[in-house]
Amino acid sequence: MTVFALIIINKAGGLIYNRTFHEGGLNKISTNDYLVLAGTFHGVHAITARLNPLKPRVGNRSSTSSSSGPGGLLTRPEPPSGLEVLESENFRMQCFTTLTGVKFLLFTDPTQANVDLTMRRVYDMYTDYVMKNPFYQLEMPVRCDMFDRKLGSYIREINNR
Amino acid sequence: MAHFGPGKTASSKEQAGLRYPSNGKTIYHRPLHRTKTAELSQASFAYLFSEMVSYAQRRVTGIQELEKRLNIQGHPIGLKLLDLLLTREPPRSQTRPLTIIALLHFIKINLWTHLFGRQADRLEKSSNPDTPDEYMIIDNEPLVNAYISVPREMSQLNCAAYVAGIVEGVCDGAAFPARVTAHSVGGKEEGEMWPGKTVFLVKFQPEVLEREALFGKG
Repeated sequence: MTVFALIIINKAGGLIYNRTFHEGGLNKISTNDYLVLAGTFHGVHAITARLNPLKPRVGNRSSTSSSSGPGGLLTRPEPPSGLEVLESENFRMQCFTTLTGVKFLLFTDPTQANVDLTMRRVYDMYTDYVMKNPFYQLEMPVRCDMFDRKLGSYIREINNR
Repeated sequence: MAHFGPGKTASSKEQAGLRYPSNGKTIYHRPLHRTKTAELSQASFAYLFSEMVSYAQRRVTGIQELEKRLNIQGHPIGLKLLDLLLTREPPRSQTRPLTIIALLHFIKINLWTHLFGRQADRLEKSSNPDTPDEYMIIDNEPLVNAYISVPREMSQLNCAAYVAGIVEGVCDGAAFPARVTAHSVGGKEEGEMWPGKTVFLVKFQPEVLEREALFGKG
């Protein structure tokens, strides 16, 4: 049960954070390759999101554009979610997209349980220690000591369980 | 107060400036003696403070200037808090602190509890005989810095300069004029435990010490 690595991709497809937690879980690839991985995944995610059919809300079939729900309130269809999980023999990659389009990719052991929960905590930490930091510029690489420290101790706790 | 054009204030009272609650009770209608457990959201404070720092940062060229600006932002709060906190004291102890030690205790206990919900961690007097006018208030993890990571190229900066400004305001208001600065000391010997440890260095003006010496004799 191990969390191997975390990647954060900004909404333009740029790699803004990249950290490995466990030696030997994944092979080492160069930073350049990580950049390519981030960009490629971003593209694949966008295409798969377009493949995904939009489902109108249940009980609201009559209106074709699904723009007005019961009581005349505007309702939106579920936003299309692209590729979420990628699995190989030795690792599992889970993707979480925030409402603002930032992607968190968590590479874990294929048997890792509760990845959703871990992802949630990582997102919490991102909102706390990155977004509330006055010295962080949006869309730029994340360089926040406090985020590194808290993330490190949280993941270490999981990996040592 | 801001000056609006006469036409604007007359025509759109609801839109301009402050919004009044529908029952007409503003913050000034509330009693001064509030319950002790009135707490605010730390997240909203963090966002506000983050914007205050960026605002100050856009208008300065150096780190010292930035700390100065934060200090100035905190100063009036200290002046006002001194009055408010003394008003809330029980009538018997409702006098302003008259000695340096009493003042520092007031800051460590009352001010810190009001602002941050706990006391400051330690109070020290400078051990250097050359600087008897220096006192230190130590906070292991200042609330204002809870989510702030200072970039490496600005490592001397400590955003708790804002709190230092508040402390300076309290000292000035109590007629103990002083200069208060915030310094990060985490990362040194015991820094592993408290990486955000901050020392507020209070340097009193010479006349304060002179008066204090006279007090001691009398």
